[in-house]
Amino acid sequence: MPKRGGERSMVPRAEFGSYYGRPVLKRPRWQAPHLPGYLYFGGLSGAAAAMAAMADATGRGRLSLTGRVTAATAAAAGSALLIAELGRPERFLNMLRVFKPTSPMSVGSWVLATHGGLTGLSAASGVTGIAPWLGRAAGAGAALTGPVLATYTGVLMADTAVPAWHEGYRHLPLLFAGSALASAGAVGMAAVPRGQAGPARRMALLGAGLELAAAGTLEKGAGMREQAELISEPYRTGRAGTLLRLGRGLTAAGAAGTLVAGRSRTAAVVSGLALTGGALCTRFGVFYAGLASAEDPKYTVVPQRARRATGA
Amino acid sequence: MSDSLYGPLHDVAEDAGYADPPARAGFFTDTSVCIGCKACEVACKEWNAIPDDGFALTGMSYDNTGQLGASTWRHVAFIEQSRPREVGDGDGGTRWLMASDVCKHCTHAACLDVCPTGALFRTEFATVVVQQDVCNGCAYCVSACPYGVIDRREGDGRAWKCTMCYDRIGDGMEPACAKACPTDSIQYGPLDELRERARARLDELHAEGVAEARLYGEDENDGVGGDGAFFLLLDEPETYGLPPDPVVTTRDLPAMWKWAGGAAAALAGCVAVSFLGRR
Repeated sequence: MPKRGGERSMVPRAEFGSYYGRPVLKRPRWQAPHLPGYLYFGGLSGAAAAMAAMADATGRGRLSLTGRVTAATAAAAGSALLIAELGRPERFLNMLRVFKPTSPMSVGSWVLATHGGLTGLSAASGVTGIAPWLGRAAGAGAALTGPVLATYTGVLMADTAVPAWHEGYRHLPLLFAGSALASAGAVGMAAVPRGQAGPARRMALLGAGLELAAAGTLEKGAGMREQAELISEPYRTGRAGTLLRLGRGLTAAGAAGTLVAGRSRTAAVVSGLALTGGALCTRFGVFYAGLASAEDPKYTVVPQRARRATGA
Repeated sequence: MSDSLYGPLHDVAEDAGYADPPARAGFFTDTSVCIGCKACEVACKEWNAIPDDGFALTGMSYDNTGQLGASTWRHVAFIEQSRPREVGDGDGGTRWLMASDVCKHCTHAACLDVCPTGALFRTEFATVVVQQDVCNGCAYCVSACPYGVIDRREGDGRAWKCTMCYDRIGDGMEPACAKACPTDSIQYGPLDELRERARARLDELHAEGVAEARLYGEDENDGVGGDGAFFLLLDEPETYGLPPDPVVTTRDLPAMWKWAGGAAAALAGCVAVSFLGRR
Protein backbone atom coordinates (compact mmCIF):
# COMPACT_ATOMS: atom_id res chain seq x y z
CA MET A 1 0.00 0.00 0.00
CA PRO A 2 1.57 3.27 -1.01
CA LYS A 3 2.42 6.14 1.30
CA ARG A 4 0.93 5.22 4.64
CA GLY A 5 3.89 3.41 6.19
CA GLY A 6 6.73 5.06 4.35
CA GLU A 7 9.01 2.82 2.35
CA ARG A 8 7.96 -0.75 1.88
CA SER A 9 10.50 -3.48 2.41
CA MET A 10 10.58 -6.33 -0.06
CA VAL A 11 10.73 -9.60 1.78
CA PRO A 12 12.19 -12.76 0.33
CA ARG A 13 9.45 -15.30 -0.24
CA ALA A 14 9.02 -18.87 0.94
CA GLU A 15 10.95 -19.16 4.21
CA PHE A 16 8.13 -17.70 6.27
CA GLY A 17 4.57 -16.59 5.78
CA SER A 18 3.34 -13.04 5.97
CA TYR A 19 0.39 -10.93 4.91
CA TYR A 20 1.58 -9.53 1.56
CA GLY A 21 5.03 -8.95 3.09
CA ARG A 22 3.65 -6.31 5.41
CA PRO A 23 5.12 -5.71 8.85
CA VAL A 24 3.40 -7.32 11.83
CA LEU A 25 4.45 -4.47 14.11
CA LYS A 26 3.75 -0.78 13.75
CA ARG A 27 6.70 1.34 12.76
CA PRO A 28 7.78 3.20 15.91
CA ARG A 29 6.42 6.74 15.80
CA TRP A 30 9.53 8.07 17.49
CA GLN A 31 11.59 10.10 15.09
CA ALA A 32 15.09 11.34 14.41
CA PRO A 33 16.74 13.53 15.50
CA HIS A 34 14.45 13.81 18.55
CA LEU A 35 14.75 10.38 20.11
CA PRO A 36 18.43 9.60 19.39
CA GLY A 37 19.22 13.22 20.25
CA TYR A 38 17.54 12.77 23.60
CA LEU A 39 19.46 9.55 24.21
CA TYR A 40 22.70 11.47 23.64
CA PHE A 41 21.81 14.51 25.76
CA GLY A 42 20.37 12.42 28.60
CA GLY A 43 23.55 10.37 28.71
CA LEU A 44 25.76 13.45 28.51
CA SER A 45 23.83 15.18 31.28
CA GLY A 46 23.89 12.17 33.55
CA ALA A 47 27.59 11.45 33.28
CA ALA A 48 28.51 15.17 33.41
CA ALA A 49 26.59 15.55 36.68
CA ALA A 50 28.52 12.67 38.23
CA MET A 51 31.76 14.17 36.92
CA ALA A 52 30.91 17.59 38.39
CA ALA A 53 30.12 16.14 41.82
CA MET A 54 33.41 14.23 41.92
CA ALA A 55 35.28 17.34 40.75
CA ASP A 56 33.62 19.26 43.59
CA ALA A 57 34.64 16.65 46.09
CA THR A 58 38.25 16.67 44.91
CA GLY A 59 38.60 20.44 44.57
CA ARG A 60 38.73 20.77 40.79
CA GLY A 61 36.83 24.04 40.31
CA ARG A 62 37.00 24.40 36.54
CA LEU A 63 36.04 20.80 35.86
CA SER A 64 33.18 21.09 38.34
CA LEU A 65 31.77 24.23 36.70
CA THR A 66 32.07 22.71 33.22
CA GLY A 67 30.35 19.55 34.44
CA ARG A 68 27.53 21.45 36.12
CA VAL A 69 26.81 23.70 33.15
CA THR A 70 27.04 20.77 30.71
CA ALA A 71 24.70 18.66 32.84
CA ALA A 72 22.09 21.42 33.12
CA THR A 73 22.26 22.43 29.46
CA ALA A 74 22.09 18.85 28.21
CA ALA A 75 19.15 18.04 30.51
CA ALA A 76 17.29 21.07 29.18
CA ALA A 77 18.09 20.19 25.56
CA GLY A 78 17.04 16.58 26.08
CA SER A 79 13.77 17.64 27.71
CA ALA A 80 13.04 20.01 24.84
CA LEU A 81 13.56 17.19 22.32
CA LEU A 82 11.28 14.86 24.27
CA ILE A 83 8.52 17.44 24.46
CA ALA A 84 8.85 18.26 20.77
CA GLU A 85 8.41 14.58 19.99
CA LEU A 86 5.01 14.30 21.68
CA GLY A 87 1.91 14.24 19.54
CA ARG A 88 0.43 16.75 22.00
CA PRO A 89 3.41 18.73 23.34
CA GLU A 90 1.18 21.04 25.39
CA ARG A 91 0.25 18.02 27.47
CA PHE A 92 3.82 17.16 28.49
CA LEU A 93 2.99 17.67 32.17
CA ASN A 94 0.67 14.64 31.94
CA MET A 95 3.90 12.66 32.20
CA LEU A 96 3.94 13.62 35.88
CA ARG A 97 0.27 12.83 36.43
CA VAL A 98 1.04 9.36 37.76
CA PHE A 99 4.09 7.35 38.74
CA LYS A 100 4.00 3.98 36.98
CA PRO A 101 6.80 1.51 37.68
CA THR A 102 5.67 -0.63 34.72
CA SER A 103 6.37 2.26 32.34
CA PRO A 104 10.05 3.08 31.82
CA MET A 105 8.90 6.36 30.29
CA SER A 106 7.05 7.28 33.49
CA VAL A 107 10.04 6.36 35.63
CA GLY A 108 12.30 8.26 33.24
CA SER A 109 10.10 11.35 33.28
CA TRP A 110 10.37 11.57 37.06
CA VAL A 111 14.11 10.95 36.95
CA LEU A 112 14.56 13.56 34.21
CA ALA A 113 12.41 16.12 36.07
CA THR A 114 14.36 15.59 39.30
CA HIS A 115 17.70 15.54 37.55
CA GLY A 116 16.87 18.60 35.49
CA GLY A 117 15.92 20.55 38.62
CA LEU A 118 19.03 19.51 40.54
CA THR A 119 21.45 20.20 37.70
CA GLY A 120 19.75 23.55 37.03
CA LEU A 121 20.20 24.57 40.65
CA SER A 122 23.79 23.44 40.84
CA ALA A 123 24.69 25.14 37.54
CA ALA A 124 22.96 28.39 38.55
CA SER A 125 24.82 28.38 41.85
CA GLY A 126 28.12 27.55 40.18
CA VAL A 127 27.81 30.31 37.60
CA THR A 128 26.52 33.06 39.93
CA GLY A 129 28.36 32.04 43.09
CA ILE A 130 25.11 32.35 45.07
CA ALA A 131 24.46 29.75 47.79
CA PRO A 132 27.48 27.54 47.06
CA TRP A 133 26.40 24.98 49.69
CA LEU A 134 23.07 24.56 47.90
CA GLY A 135 24.85 24.16 44.58
CA ARG A 136 27.10 21.45 46.02
CA ALA A 137 24.15 19.65 47.63
CA ALA A 138 22.10 19.76 44.43
CA GLY A 139 25.15 18.60 42.49
CA ALA A 140 25.61 15.66 44.85
CA GLY A 141 21.96 14.73 44.32
CA ALA A 142 22.39 14.95 40.55
CA ALA A 143 25.33 12.54 40.86
CA LEU A 144 22.78 9.97 42.01
CA THR A 145 20.08 10.71 39.39
CA GLY A 146 22.68 11.07 36.61
CA PRO A 147 23.75 7.44 36.22
CA VAL A 148 20.07 6.41 36.26
CA LEU A 149 19.18 8.95 33.60
CA ALA A 150 22.05 7.80 31.40
CA THR A 151 21.09 4.12 31.52
CA TYR A 152 17.30 3.89 31.95
CA THR A 153 17.01 4.74 28.26
CA GLY A 154 18.25 1.21 27.56
CA VAL A 155 15.14 -0.07 29.31
CA LEU A 156 13.02 2.52 27.50
CA MET A 157 14.05 1.11 24.14
CA ALA A 158 14.07 -2.56 25.22
CA ASP A 159 10.58 -2.49 26.74
CA THR A 160 8.98 -2.59 23.31
CA ALA A 161 7.87 -5.31 20.90
CA VAL A 162 10.66 -4.32 18.47
CA PRO A 163 12.85 -7.44 18.33
CA ALA A 164 16.24 -5.70 17.91
CA TRP A 165 15.57 -3.40 20.84
CA HIS A 166 13.83 -5.90 23.08
CA GLU A 167 16.42 -8.64 22.70
CA GLY A 168 19.15 -6.04 23.30
CA TYR A 169 17.96 -5.39 26.84
CA ARG A 170 21.23 -6.65 28.33
CA HIS A 171 23.40 -4.65 25.95
CA LEU A 172 21.66 -1.31 25.61
CA PRO A 173 22.08 0.03 29.19
CA LEU A 174 25.80 -0.82 29.17
CA LEU A 175 26.20 0.63 25.69
CA PHE A 176 24.51 3.85 26.77
CA ALA A 177 26.55 3.98 29.99
CA GLY A 178 29.79 3.75 28.02
CA SER A 179 28.60 6.23 25.44
CA ALA A 180 27.53 8.67 28.19
CA LEU A 181 30.90 8.43 29.93
CA ALA A 182 32.68 9.09 26.66
CA SER A 183 30.38 12.04 25.86
CA ALA A 184 30.89 13.77 29.22
CA GLY A 185 34.60 13.02 29.26
CA ALA A 186 34.84 14.50 25.77
CA VAL A 187 33.24 17.78 26.84
CA GLY A 188 35.32 17.89 30.01
CA MET A 189 38.68 17.41 28.33
CA ALA A 190 37.87 19.78 25.47
CA ALA A 191 36.60 22.59 27.72
CA VAL A 192 38.88 22.40 30.76
CA PRO A 193 42.63 23.25 30.90
CA ARG A 194 44.80 20.17 30.57
CA GLY A 195 45.97 20.28 34.16
CA GLN A 196 42.49 19.71 35.59
CA ALA A 197 41.14 17.50 32.82
CA GLY A 198 42.88 14.26 33.79
CA PRO A 199 39.71 12.64 35.23
CA ALA A 200 37.72 13.68 32.14
CA ARG A 201 40.28 11.98 29.91
CA ARG A 202 40.15 8.81 31.99
CA MET A 203 36.33 8.89 31.86
CA ALA A 204 36.50 9.26 28.09
CA LEU A 205 38.86 6.29 27.78
CA LEU A 206 36.85 4.03 30.07
CA GLY A 207 33.63 5.08 28.36
CA ALA A 208 35.00 4.52 24.88
CA GLY A 209 36.17 1.05 25.89
CA LEU A 210 32.78 0.14 27.34
CA GLU A 211 30.96 1.61 24.35
CA LEU A 212 33.07 -0.35 21.86
CA ALA A 213 32.73 -3.58 23.82
CA ALA A 214 28.96 -3.27 24.27
CA ALA A 215 28.40 -2.25 20.65
CA GLY A 216 30.49 -5.20 19.51
CA THR A 217 28.45 -7.74 21.46
CA LEU A 218 25.18 -6.11 20.40
CA GLU A 219 26.11 -6.22 16.71
CA LYS A 220 27.03 -9.90 17.02
CA GLY A 221 23.92 -10.64 19.02
CA ALA A 222 26.07 -12.24 21.74
CA GLY A 223 23.92 -12.90 24.78
CA MET A 224 20.60 -12.72 22.95
CA ARG A 225 18.30 -15.56 23.93
CA GLU A 226 17.01 -16.78 20.59
CA GLN A 227 17.76 -16.36 16.90
CA ALA A 228 20.62 -14.05 17.85
CA GLU A 229 22.06 -14.01 14.34
CA LEU A 230 18.77 -12.88 12.80
CA ILE A 231 17.56 -10.50 15.50
CA SER A 232 20.89 -8.64 15.65
CA GLU A 233 21.04 -8.36 11.84
CA PRO A 234 19.62 -4.81 11.72
CA TYR A 235 22.61 -3.64 13.78
CA ARG A 236 24.97 -4.87 11.06
CA THR A 237 23.12 -3.87 7.92
CA GLY A 238 21.57 -0.87 6.25
CA ARG A 239 21.64 2.61 7.67
CA ALA A 240 22.08 1.40 11.25
CA GLY A 241 25.03 -0.78 10.30
CA THR A 242 26.74 2.11 8.54
CA LEU A 243 26.18 4.43 11.48
CA LEU A 244 27.44 1.92 14.02
CA ARG A 245 30.56 1.19 11.97
CA LEU A 246 31.21 4.91 11.59
CA GLY A 247 30.59 5.39 15.30
CA ARG A 248 33.05 2.65 16.16
CA GLY A 249 35.72 4.29 14.00
CA LEU A 250 35.14 7.72 15.53
CA THR A 251 35.09 6.36 19.08
CA ALA A 252 38.29 4.37 18.53
CA ALA A 253 40.01 7.38 16.96
CA GLY A 254 38.81 9.63 19.78
CA ALA A 255 40.09 7.18 22.36
CA ALA A 256 43.48 7.03 20.65
CA GLY A 257 43.62 10.83 20.57
CA THR A 258 42.68 10.98 24.25
CA LEU A 259 45.93 9.18 25.06
CA VAL A 260 47.89 12.24 23.87
CA ALA A 261 45.29 14.85 24.87
CA GLY A 262 47.14 15.48 28.14
CA ARG A 263 49.95 17.06 26.15
CA SER A 264 48.00 19.11 23.62
CA ARG A 265 44.78 21.08 23.93
CA THR A 266 44.22 20.72 20.19
CA ALA A 267 44.40 16.96 20.50
CA ALA A 268 41.92 17.20 23.40
CA VAL A 269 39.42 19.19 21.34
CA VAL A 270 39.76 16.97 18.25
CA SER A 271 39.46 13.80 20.33
CA GLY A 272 36.46 15.24 22.16
CA LEU A 273 34.74 15.95 18.85
CA ALA A 274 35.50 12.44 17.60
CA LEU A 275 34.09 10.84 20.77
CA THR A 276 31.00 13.03 20.56
CA GLY A 277 30.51 12.04 16.95
CA GLY A 278 30.94 8.40 17.91
CA ALA A 279 28.35 8.68 20.69
CA LEU A 280 25.87 10.34 18.34
CA CYS A 281 26.41 7.67 15.68
CA THR A 282 25.82 4.97 18.30
CA ARG A 283 22.50 6.49 19.36
CA PHE A 284 21.27 7.06 15.81
CA GLY A 285 22.44 3.58 14.83
CA VAL A 286 20.48 1.92 17.63
CA PHE A 287 17.44 3.97 16.69
CA TYR A 288 17.51 3.05 13.01
CA ALA A 289 18.18 -0.61 13.82
CA GLY A 290 14.88 -0.65 15.69
CA LEU A 291 13.01 0.86 12.75
CA ALA A 292 14.46 -1.75 10.38
CA SER A 293 13.63 -4.50 12.87
CA ALA A 294 9.99 -3.43 13.12
CA GLU A 295 9.52 -2.91 9.39
CA ASP A 296 10.47 -6.38 8.20
CA PRO A 297 8.06 -9.10 9.32
CA LYS A 298 10.80 -11.74 9.22
CA TYR A 299 12.30 -10.39 12.46
CA THR A 300 8.95 -10.88 14.17
CA VAL A 301 7.71 -14.07 12.54
CA VAL A 302 10.80 -16.29 12.19
CA PRO A 303 11.95 -16.20 15.85
CA GLN A 304 8.38 -16.66 17.09
CA ARG A 305 7.81 -19.62 14.80
CA ALA A 306 11.06 -21.18 15.95
CA ARG A 307 10.01 -20.65 19.56
CA ARG A 308 6.69 -22.31 18.92
CA ALA A 309 8.32 -25.21 17.11
CA THR A 310 10.62 -25.93 20.04
CA GLY A 311 7.79 -25.41 22.51
CA ALA A 312 9.94 -23.09 24.59
CA MET B 1 -2.52 -1.23 38.78
CA SER B 2 -1.81 -4.87 38.27
CA ASP B 3 1.07 -6.49 40.10
CA SER B 4 1.45 -9.36 37.68
CA LEU B 5 3.27 -8.84 34.40
CA TYR B 6 2.91 -12.29 32.88
CA GLY B 7 1.07 -15.59 33.01
CA PRO B 8 -2.56 -16.66 33.36
CA LEU B 9 -4.83 -14.29 35.25
CA HIS B 10 -8.41 -15.18 36.02
CA ASP B 11 -9.76 -12.00 37.55
CA VAL B 12 -8.35 -9.41 35.20
CA ALA B 13 -10.62 -6.54 36.26
CA GLU B 14 -10.26 -7.39 39.97
CA ASP B 15 -6.51 -7.45 39.49
CA ALA B 16 -6.81 -3.93 38.07
CA GLY B 17 -8.60 -2.77 41.20
CA TYR B 18 -12.32 -3.20 40.49
CA ALA B 19 -14.48 -4.61 43.26
CA ASP B 20 -17.10 -7.00 41.94
CA PRO B 21 -16.74 -6.24 38.20
CA PRO B 22 -18.99 -7.67 35.46
CA ALA B 23 -17.87 -10.76 33.53
CA ARG B 24 -14.88 -10.24 31.25
CA ALA B 25 -16.13 -9.14 27.84
CA GLY B 26 -14.64 -10.51 24.66
CA PHE B 27 -14.80 -11.04 20.92
CA PHE B 28 -14.68 -14.42 19.23
CA THR B 29 -14.02 -13.90 15.54
CA ASP B 30 -14.76 -17.11 13.64
CA THR B 31 -13.05 -16.51 10.31
CA SER B 32 -14.46 -19.72 8.82
CA VAL B 33 -17.79 -17.95 8.29
CA CYS B 34 -16.44 -14.50 7.37
CA ILE B 35 -17.68 -13.45 3.94
CA GLY B 36 -15.52 -10.35 3.63
CA CYS B 37 -18.41 -7.89 3.52
CA LYS B 38 -16.55 -5.33 5.67
CA ALA B 39 -19.77 -4.38 7.47
CA CYS B 40 -17.69 -4.51 10.68
CA GLU B 41 -15.24 -1.94 9.32
CA VAL B 42 -18.07 0.36 8.28
CA ALA B 43 -20.12 -0.04 11.46
CA CYS B 44 -17.02 0.66 13.56
CA LYS B 45 -16.19 3.79 11.61
CA GLU B 46 -19.76 5.03 11.80
CA TRP B 47 -20.41 4.35 15.46
CA ASN B 48 -17.07 5.65 16.68
CA ALA B 49 -16.98 8.57 14.22
CA ILE B 50 -13.49 7.62 13.02
CA PRO B 51 -12.04 9.76 10.22
CA ASP B 52 -11.06 8.23 6.90
CA ASP B 53 -7.52 6.98 6.45
CA GLY B 54 -7.04 7.40 2.74
CA PHE B 55 -8.62 5.86 -0.32
CA ALA B 56 -5.74 3.96 -1.85
CA LEU B 57 -5.94 0.77 -3.88
CA THR B 58 -3.48 -1.77 -2.52
CA GLY B 59 -3.61 -4.61 -4.99
CA MET B 60 -4.00 -6.97 -2.04
CA SER B 61 -7.08 -8.89 -3.17
CA TYR B 62 -10.19 -7.07 -1.88
CA ASP B 63 -8.29 -5.49 1.01
CA ASN B 64 -7.96 -1.76 0.40
CA THR B 65 -7.87 -1.01 4.10
CA GLY B 66 -4.39 -2.42 4.65
CA GLN B 67 -4.01 -2.80 8.40
CA LEU B 68 -5.34 -1.84 11.78
CA GLY B 69 -4.33 1.65 12.84
CA ALA B 70 -5.33 4.83 14.60
CA SER B 71 -8.34 5.23 12.29
CA THR B 72 -9.02 1.57 11.50
CA TRP B 73 -10.20 -0.53 14.43
CA ARG B 74 -11.56 -3.45 12.41
CA HIS B 75 -9.63 -4.66 9.38
CA VAL B 76 -10.76 -7.43 7.07
CA ALA B 77 -7.86 -9.38 5.58
CA PHE B 78 -8.28 -11.15 2.22
CA ILE B 79 -5.92 -13.96 1.27
CA GLU B 80 -6.20 -15.74 -2.08
CA GLN B 81 -4.52 -19.14 -2.02
CA SER B 82 -4.13 -21.58 -4.84
CA ARG B 83 -2.64 -25.02 -4.85
CA PRO B 84 -1.82 -27.33 -7.76
CA ARG B 85 -4.98 -28.51 -9.47
CA GLU B 86 -5.89 -32.12 -8.85
CA VAL B 87 -8.36 -34.41 -10.55
CA GLY B 88 -11.74 -33.99 -8.92
CA ASP B 89 -10.93 -30.56 -7.52
CA GLY B 90 -14.36 -29.08 -7.60
CA ASP B 91 -13.47 -25.54 -6.69
CA GLY B 92 -10.49 -25.21 -8.96
CA GLY B 93 -7.95 -25.45 -6.17
CA THR B 94 -8.42 -21.91 -4.98
CA ARG B 95 -9.42 -20.79 -1.54
CA TRP B 96 -10.15 -17.33 -0.33
CA LEU B 97 -9.52 -16.60 3.32
CA MET B 98 -11.15 -13.63 4.99
CA ALA B 99 -10.66 -12.52 8.56
CA SER B 100 -11.71 -9.47 10.54
CA ASP B 101 -8.85 -8.37 12.79
CA VAL B 102 -9.25 -6.20 15.86
CA CYS B 103 -7.42 -5.12 19.04
CA LYS B 104 -6.81 -8.21 21.17
CA HIS B 105 -7.52 -6.58 24.55
CA CYS B 106 -4.70 -8.66 26.04
CA THR B 107 -4.77 -10.04 29.58
CA HIS B 108 -1.30 -8.52 29.94
CA ALA B 109 -1.46 -5.48 27.68
CA ALA B 110 1.94 -4.02 26.86
CA CYS B 111 0.38 -0.76 25.61
CA LEU B 112 -1.27 -0.25 28.98
CA ASP B 113 1.82 -1.28 30.95
CA VAL B 114 4.13 1.20 29.21
CA CYS B 115 1.72 4.16 29.01
CA PRO B 116 3.38 6.88 31.13
CA THR B 117 0.34 9.11 31.63
CA GLY B 118 -2.27 6.56 32.67
CA ALA B 119 -4.26 7.43 29.53
CA LEU B 120 -4.58 3.73 28.70
CA PHE B 121 -6.56 1.93 31.35
CA ARG B 122 -8.30 -1.35 32.12
CA THR B 123 -12.08 -1.08 32.14
CA GLU B 124 -14.42 -2.98 34.44
CA PHE B 125 -15.04 -5.32 31.47
CA ALA B 126 -11.29 -6.07 31.46
CA THR B 127 -10.93 -4.35 28.09
CA VAL B 128 -8.20 -1.78 27.34
CA VAL B 129 -9.22 1.78 26.43
CA VAL B 130 -7.40 5.09 25.74
CA GLN B 131 -8.64 8.20 27.57
CA GLN B 132 -8.36 10.77 24.81
CA ASP B 133 -8.38 13.70 27.22
CA VAL B 134 -5.24 12.37 28.91
CA CYS B 135 -3.11 10.91 26.07
CA ASN B 136 -0.21 13.21 25.20
CA GLY B 137 0.89 11.28 22.14
CA CYS B 138 4.19 9.92 23.46
CA ALA B 139 3.70 6.87 21.16
CA TYR B 140 5.24 4.38 23.58
CA CYS B 141 2.19 2.13 23.20
CA VAL B 142 2.74 2.04 19.43
CA SER B 143 6.14 0.39 19.81
CA ALA B 144 5.05 -1.83 22.68
CA CYS B 145 2.07 -3.60 21.06
CA PRO B 146 3.19 -7.05 19.88
CA TYR B 147 0.29 -7.16 17.39
CA GLY B 148 0.92 -3.76 15.76
CA VAL B 149 -2.59 -2.59 16.60
CA ILE B 150 -2.50 0.81 18.29
CA ASP B 151 -1.17 3.84 16.44
CA ARG B 152 -0.91 7.59 16.71
CA ARG B 153 -3.24 9.54 14.44
CA GLU B 154 -1.55 12.02 12.15
CA GLY B 155 -2.76 15.56 12.62
CA ASP B 156 -4.39 14.63 15.92
CA GLY B 157 -1.31 13.53 17.81
CA ARG B 158 -2.99 11.03 20.10
CA ALA B 159 -3.03 7.23 20.16
CA TRP B 160 -6.26 5.48 19.14
CA LYS B 161 -7.54 1.94 18.97
CA CYS B 162 -10.62 -0.25 19.45
CA THR B 163 -12.50 0.40 22.69
CA MET B 164 -14.71 -2.68 22.24
CA CYS B 165 -17.40 0.03 22.06
CA TYR B 166 -17.02 0.90 25.74
CA ASP B 167 -20.01 3.22 25.46
CA ARG B 168 -22.26 0.52 23.99
CA ILE B 169 -21.28 -2.41 26.19
CA GLY B 170 -21.68 -0.22 29.27
CA ASP B 171 -25.32 0.11 28.23
CA GLY B 172 -25.77 -3.61 27.68
CA MET B 173 -25.47 -3.43 23.89
CA GLU B 174 -23.03 -5.38 21.76
CA PRO B 175 -20.21 -3.55 19.95
CA ALA B 176 -21.04 -2.07 16.56
CA CYS B 177 -18.95 -4.56 14.56
CA ALA B 178 -20.56 -7.61 16.17
CA LYS B 179 -24.00 -6.05 15.74
CA ALA B 180 -23.42 -5.46 12.03
CA CYS B 181 -21.82 -8.83 11.22
CA PRO B 182 -24.33 -10.72 9.05
CA THR B 183 -22.86 -14.20 9.57
CA ASP B 184 -22.00 -14.02 13.27
CA SER B 185 -18.35 -14.32 12.34
CA ILE B 186 -17.86 -11.69 15.04
CA GLN B 187 -19.40 -12.80 18.31
CA TYR B 188 -19.44 -10.67 21.44
CA GLY B 189 -20.11 -11.89 24.96
CA PRO B 190 -18.63 -13.07 28.25
CA LEU B 191 -15.18 -14.41 27.42
CA ASP B 192 -15.65 -17.73 29.22
CA GLU B 193 -18.77 -18.48 27.18
CA LEU B 194 -17.06 -17.49 23.95
CA ARG B 195 -14.14 -19.81 24.69
CA GLU B 196 -16.52 -22.72 25.20
CA ARG B 197 -18.39 -21.88 22.02
CA ALA B 198 -15.12 -21.60 20.10
CA ARG B 199 -13.91 -25.01 21.27
CA ALA B 200 -17.21 -26.57 20.21
CA ARG B 201 -16.94 -24.91 16.81
CA LEU B 202 -13.36 -26.11 16.44
CA ASP B 203 -14.38 -29.70 17.21
CA GLU B 204 -17.19 -29.41 14.68
CA LEU B 205 -14.84 -28.20 11.97
CA HIS B 206 -12.28 -30.88 12.75
CA ALA B 207 -15.03 -33.50 12.56
CA GLU B 208 -15.98 -32.12 9.14
CA GLY B 209 -12.39 -32.63 8.01
CA VAL B 210 -11.17 -29.04 8.22
CA ALA B 211 -7.96 -30.10 9.91
CA GLU B 212 -6.28 -26.73 9.45
CA ALA B 213 -8.77 -24.94 11.72
CA ARG B 214 -7.16 -23.66 14.92
CA LEU B 215 -7.87 -21.17 17.67
CA TYR B 216 -5.61 -18.15 18.08
CA GLY B 217 -5.33 -16.09 21.27
CA GLU B 218 -7.67 -18.20 23.41
CA ASP B 219 -4.90 -19.85 25.45
CA GLU B 220 -4.35 -18.14 28.80
CA ASN B 221 -0.90 -19.73 28.95
CA ASP B 222 0.32 -17.83 25.89
CA GLY B 223 2.74 -14.91 25.98
CA VAL B 224 0.11 -12.29 26.74
CA GLY B 225 -1.99 -14.35 29.19
CA GLY B 226 -4.65 -14.89 26.55
CA ASP B 227 -6.53 -12.38 24.41
CA GLY B 228 -9.86 -10.77 25.19
CA ALA B 229 -10.46 -10.89 21.45
CA PHE B 230 -9.50 -14.26 19.96
CA PHE B 231 -9.94 -15.98 16.61
CA LEU B 232 -10.62 -19.19 14.76
CA LEU B 233 -8.18 -19.27 11.85
CA LEU B 234 -7.84 -21.57 8.84
CA ASP B 235 -4.10 -21.09 8.33
CA GLU B 236 -0.99 -20.02 10.21
CA PRO B 237 -1.40 -16.73 12.11
CA GLU B 238 1.32 -14.99 10.07
CA THR B 239 -0.66 -15.64 6.88
CA TYR B 240 -3.20 -13.20 8.30
CA GLY B 241 -0.48 -10.76 9.45
CA LEU B 242 -0.72 -11.96 13.06
CA PRO B 243 2.39 -12.78 15.14
CA PRO B 244 2.71 -16.56 15.70
CA ASP B 245 3.77 -16.35 19.36
CA PRO B 246 3.55 -12.82 20.79
CA VAL B 247 4.93 -12.11 24.26
CA VAL B 248 4.15 -9.04 26.34
CA THR B 249 7.38 -7.05 26.45
CA THR B 250 7.00 -6.22 30.15
CA ARG B 251 7.50 -9.90 31.00
CA ASP B 252 11.23 -9.09 30.93
CA LEU B 253 10.95 -5.71 32.65
CA PRO B 254 12.41 -6.83 36.02
CA ALA B 255 15.43 -8.29 34.21
CA MET B 256 15.78 -5.11 32.16
CA TRP B 257 15.89 -2.94 35.28
CA LYS B 258 18.52 -5.23 36.78
CA TRP B 259 20.78 -4.75 33.78
CA ALA B 260 20.15 -1.00 33.80
CA GLY B 261 20.95 -0.88 37.52
CA GLY B 262 24.19 -2.69 36.88
CA ALA B 263 25.02 -0.29 34.06
CA ALA B 264 24.25 2.74 36.26
CA ALA B 265 26.54 1.37 38.96
CA ALA B 266 29.23 0.72 36.33
CA LEU B 267 28.93 4.32 35.12
CA ALA B 268 29.21 5.72 38.65
CA GLY B 269 32.14 3.40 39.36
CA CYS B 270 33.97 4.48 36.21
CA VAL B 271 33.54 8.15 37.15
CA ALA B 272 34.83 7.49 40.67
CA VAL B 273 37.81 5.51 39.39
CA SER B 274 38.65 8.31 36.97
CA PHE B 275 39.14 10.68 39.89
CA LEU B 276 41.61 8.44 41.69
CA GLY B 277 45.17 9.77 41.77
CA ARG B 278 46.65 13.25 41.70
CA ARG B 279 45.36 14.77 38.53
